[in-house]
Amino acid sequence: MFPPLPNPSTKPVPPKFGEQDLIRRSASSVTPPAARQTEVAKLIDTSKCIGCKACQVACLEWNDMREEVGVNVGVYDNPHDLTPASWTLMRFSEWVNPETNNLEWLIRKDGCMHCEDPGCLKACPAPGAIVQYSNGIVDFVHENCIGCGYCVKGCPFNIPRISKVDSKAYKCSLCSDRVAVGLGPACQKACPTQAIVFGTKDDMKKWAEGRITDLKSRGFKNAGLYDPPGVSGTHVMYVLHHADQPEIYAGLPKDPRISPIVELWKGLTKYAGLTAIGAFAAIGFLHHLVKGANRVSREDEQQAKRLAGDRTA
Amino acid sequence: MTNAWTDIKNTDLVIIMGGNAAEAHPCGFKWVTEAKHNRGARLIVVDPRFTRSASVADVYAPIRQGSDIAFLLGLINYCLQNDKIHHEYAKNYTNAAFIVKEGFGYQNGLFSGYDESRRSYDRAGWSYELGDDGFIKIDDTLQNPRCVLNLLKEHVKIYTPEMVERICGTPKDKFLKIAAMIAETSSPTKTMTSMYALGWTQHSKGSQNIRSMAMLQLLLGNIGVRGGGMNALRGHSNIQGLTDLGLMSNLIPGYLTLPSEREKDLNTYMSPRAFKPQRPGQTSYWQNYKKFFVSFQKAMWGEAAKPENDFAFDYLPKLDLADVEYDILRAFELMHQGKMNGYFCQGFNPLLSAPNRKKCTAALSKLKFLVSIDPLQTETARFWQNHGEHNDVDSAKIQTEVFELPSTCFAEDEGALVSSSRWLQWHWAGGTPPGEARADTWIMAQLHLRLKELYRKEGGKAPGPIVDLHWPYKDPGEPKPEELAREINGYVVDTVTDPSDPTKVVLEKGKQLPNFAVLRDDGKTACGCWIYAGCFTEAGNMMARRDTNDPGDTGLYPSWAFSWPANRRILYNRASADRSGKAWDPSRKLIEWTGDKWAGFDVPDIAPNAKPEEVNPFIMTEEGSARLWTRALMRDGPFPVHYEPFESPIANPIAPKVRGNPAARVYRGDMEQFGDAAEFPYAATSYRLTEHFHFWTKHVWPNAVMQPEFFVEIGEALAKEKGIKSGGWVRVWSKRGSVKAKAVVTKRIVPLTCDGKPVHIVGVPLHWGFTGVARKGFGPNSLTPFVGDANIQTPEFKAFLVDIEPISGPVA
Repeated sequence: MFPPLPNPSTKPVPPKFGEQDLIRRSASSVTPPAARQTEVAKLIDTSKCIGCKACQVACLEWNDMREEVGVNVGVYDNPHDLTPASWTLMRFSEWVNPETNNLEWLIRKDGCMHCEDPGCLKACPAPGAIVQYSNGIVDFVHENCIGCGYCVKGCPFNIPRISKVDSKAYKCSLCSDRVAVGLGPACQKACPTQAIVFGTKDDMKKWAEGRITDLKSRGFKNAGLYDPPGVSGTHVMYVLHHADQPEIYAGLPKDPRISPIVELWKGLTKYAGLTAIGAFAAIGFLHHLVKGANRVSREDEQQAKRLAGDRTA
Repeated sequence: MTNAWTDIKNTDLVIIMGGNAAEAHPCGFKWVTEAKHNRGARLIVVDPRFTRSASVADVYAPIRQGSDIAFLLGLINYCLQNDKIHHEYAKNYTNAAFIVKEGFGYQNGLFSGYDESRRSYDRAGWSYELGDDGFIKIDDTLQNPRCVLNLLKEHVKIYTPEMVERICGTPKDKFLKIAAMIAETSSPTKTMTSMYALGWTQHSKGSQNIRSMAMLQLLLGNIGVRGGGMNALRGHSNIQGLTDLGLMSNLIPGYLTLPSEREKDLNTYMSPRAFKPQRPGQTSYWQNYKKFFVSFQKAMWGEAAKPENDFAFDYLPKLDLADVEYDILRAFELMHQGKMNGYFCQGFNPLLSAPNRKKCTAALSKLKFLVSIDPLQTETARFWQNHGEHNDVDSAKIQTEVFELPSTCFAEDEGALVSSSRWLQWHWAGGTPPGEARADTWIMAQLHLRLKELYRKEGGKAPGPIVDLHWPYKDPGEPKPEELAREINGYVVDTVTDPSDPTKVVLEKGKQLPNFAVLRDDGKTACGCWIYAGCFTEAGNMMARRDTNDPGDTGLYPSWAFSWPANRRILYNRASADRSGKAWDPSRKLIEWTGDKWAGFDVPDIAPNAKPEEVNPFIMTEEGSARLWTRALMRDGPFPVHYEPFESPIANPIAPKVRGNPAARVYRGDMEQFGDAAEFPYAATSYRLTEHFHFWTKHVWPNAVMQPEFFVEIGEALAKEKGIKSGGWVRVWSKRGSVKAKAVVTKRIVPLTCDGKPVHIVGVPLHWGFTGVARKGFGPNSLTPFVGDANIQTPEFKAFLVDIEPISGPVA
């Protein structure tokens, strides 16, 4: 058994991380702390998962979300996709193993992977709407979100969803509020088979090694850990029976990378843009020097007062 | 469970058959993942569908529903043929060597003594050969053709791997692979655990399904050992408590039986319940029956139960016929006939959980009154309300008066829940009940006090049982859970002194009983349920213990809550040691003989000083041995036989003339309601889904989100044949009713070839109705036949016939 996290104190405790621990902040710069906090990770073992959806319910309840009662469309996946109110979802895939000819029912808990190199954050134009803490958690700060949807484009895993109610982007927070006070995420707490475990990233990798050895002894010769290097690793990792074919797990990308458009937008385009902005500023300054400052005419003043509804007018 | 949930971590091999533990018991299933993770245990799943349990199994094999006995007897045959049994265990601890009297026989699917007109057996001839000393004759050399093992060999030899494939549709190679894995556990240092549930019980031969596996486990030496056992996964957090406390129409608490009408006094009642040992020197623990019974009577009627009146024996209701229970099927049959006029439904929703819903509705409509005591608004309480096609009744024509008494939910009251592990776990209220909801104890007490008053005032035919009921509670209007628990544990009514030294007090008046060993048949002790004695002693509430210490990392957790009987965690644990008393497997020690007593990790399931070579481990049988052959104790035979379900896609390959279980009770009119394969070609089964709990959680928003709408599951081949699209609408109907559902077309269901014919399976989950927040839907009981198990009448919900067609959906 993975040693369970002790129950929290009933007394209020100060959060273990906060603003001072940011290593990235969307569309703005931060001063990273001198030392990173220990990196955390959630490990999802698809070979232990029984698809009970307790994690989905725990997520709804902890985050106080009210998903709609939907319909059955011929599968066990409910709701049918991630939504602004469903940050995690069991995806069921029926796959016939061509080597054994046996059916395998692959069940994967989908949700934010908390990339070390987060595409959403890189794509985000709203200052501070997406942040990354030094322990690896990528969090959305809703009051700063402008609902542009760039994070959706930036995400190599197709995770964020834009709410039609408040036009803000939503996704799994890795229960940053719980982790801040020494708890594991709600989904991990609810998982009856310890298919979800939570701890330091190093511990999770070690735990995964044991699981992979066990799976190999059962004939899954390609069992392995999913911690994709294309996004510099993730803080949500999977143990897969068939790590050589992640795509059979409801389309888990084999080699996820941040979209080149985002890279371009934040890379070359960004500097080209800045150059352009700088050039326009220079031209503007030159114009000022040549033509002098704008003058406000009497008509302008009167017009402005009328528009502002000046009571004295 | 003979063992406990926590013990499953000790196993080498798990077989899930007749259940779907990952789906229906996700929390307990963690112990399977522990065994796999830590011990490298393997998991086998045998099921008509590729289930959630199968998704994490090492080996999965499909089986046609209702053919489990053929599979299991096939396994027994395999082990006997390949000499893969635990010889010492089987020979010494079971009745393998016992000789069966001439006259008992089996032919063409029937045992000797069958009376077709009565659909029952004369079981008088099903007994052992007795010696001149009055004890059963045995043959230690196992050579006698009439000894149980040889009769068994003969009985199971027809169940070859080819026959298993023919009956069950399980591919032979899959069967053989599983058989080889299971056979390995005949080693004294390898164990297998059997996890089953309603997939075995809800058949017309449910009891025999379970017996078949129990026999296999005994032959392999897997009973009484760590990581072994027969583990019934109860489908409700307290259903174990329900059976223990005797909420059956033929039982009283602690698995004692109600008297029949012919048993007019205590002596007549006791004479067939002497339980004399049938082998020399054996312990037959049921010899204490009278102590349990009299102590129960004292708990019920206090001072009114005295030696002069046979301890108020007359106050007990008497069953009017031998072998008759007032089970749910009989109750609804009597209602339907207009003979039962009032019905109390306490925590029960029969409109969705009794078979043949149409008949249920008709029966409920004939009642004068119906009382529903439930935390939720059940379909049963609303059976009279028209809900369109989901409950199409003419309300104006129903005159039944319905009373709904809202009760508290488990989280709103205090008390003990008894888990599958036989653990009595005390729990405390986590919230206050809403509105006018009251505890069931309050409701029952209030009813009782009013009835008592009426009987006092007006007299009546038999006021005694009500007027004299022992009612010592501080607040008579609402007995406290603790008071009831103390009474169930038992207390000393009158001081008992040592017969050889009258100054020495053995039991002091008013004290709580320490255990059931001190119970008496003279009225000096009272005990509400003998097997629970020890749960609330002078030391306090044992059920409230929360100590997670586990000496030796055995998984027994002896100081956590209280496990009946006597805080014993593994039943028959004496069998974990060889004849001389040494553990079969030193790494999985439970108890051992120390030279003068039994000691170890668990409470010994034998007298602590019973000498190992003399007293056998199965002290609850008169034989002292476990039974591979059950004498006259089962209505449908001493050995299991493969019988087809009453509605089957094929005739029984081993006995084509026998329809269903020949000893199952079928009411007049119900036989005509069975469909046949020509009209209803598809084999249907019903089951639970992990997202829901029965009909409760459709009232809970998040659960309704997880699995919102009623559906049926079919394989791709049938879908193609019928033009059914996944996510499209279908109609499914049987001889008794019709339902509309969404279709889930899946690779997890494949057609099986049985007796040369393709058999398509239709899966019907059970969680929807017309109350709650999930979408309105139907339950499988609209389709299922009105017939139950021959011994205990559990309805045949797991195997029936239907037809299916695509339809256009309802107009939104």
